[in-house]
Amino acid sequence: MSTIDLPAWAAIPASILLIIGGSLALIGSIGLLKLPSFYMRMHSPSMGNTLGAGCVLVASMLVSSALLHRPVFHEVLITLFMVMTAPVSATLIMRGAIYRTRVNAERQRRHTDVES
Amino acid sequence: MNRFPILLAILLFIMWLLLNNSVAPGHVVLGAVLAFFVARASHRMRPLQPRVRRLQRAVPLAGAVLIDIVRSNVAVARVVLGLTGGRKPTPGFISLPLDLRDPHGLAILAMILTATPGTVWVDLSADSSKLTLHVLDLQDEMQWVHTIKQRYERPLMEIFE
Repeated sequence: MSTIDLPAWAAIPASILLIIGGSLALIGSIGLLKLPSFYMRMHSPSMGNTLGAGCVLVASMLVSSALLHRPVFHEVLITLFMVMTAPVSATLIMRGAIYRTRVNAERQRRHTDVES
Repeated sequence: MNRFPILLAILLFIMWLLLNNSVAPGHVVLGAVLAFFVARASHRMRPLQPRVRRLQRAVPLAGAVLIDIVRSNVAVARVVLGLTGGRKPTPGFISLPLDLRDPHGLAILAMILTATPGTVWVDLSADSSKLTLHVLDLQDEMQWVHTIKQRYERPLMEIFE
């Protein structure tokens, strides 16, 4: 393995940020697995999506700036596009779930009406 | 009103330089030309122009949002890991009246609410007067309404309206 000369001022904060970001994504995924209802599960992956991804992107900026000896910023664009697109999918999924809940309730009601 | 979308052109220009990660003269010229023509072309497809009144209010808003993102990440992590002190989280829907009407402000409000884990934008009534949200741990509905209106909606209204 080749050794890369990464100065300590970049290496230490970058590793801390990567650990925090990774833990947030992990906790978010655990939540996706074990939270009891769909609506609750909606919330937990967005941890990895916001602060988790943010930590990883700042770490990436630090490391590439240190390696290239000049400031590297274009990770900002990833953050921007993620923040801009996330509400669209979240709202669509949420409305789909509400529609299904409503349809199922309706079907169940009709079913019990027929039985009684 | 057929004004050239100068703000869009500037943002596209900055985006071009960021994507290429350089301020070499060639990229500056190419980016400026592209920004001009793309802004002009998209102006015809989307005639709705944002009217930014007080952009300086965006700075404290961005700070507040960053703090809230960190805070709500911690809060959601506690719920997932079961560290809420034996109390069961109470998820639920809240609906709150909105006074913000500007579509750009509403778009940014949607981004803020989605970016903070624990709240998801569900529905906005057709006249954008009633917003429905789903909250992971709803303890005090009035407090949520108050926070969203004071912390996010008011600065957005000051910026856009």
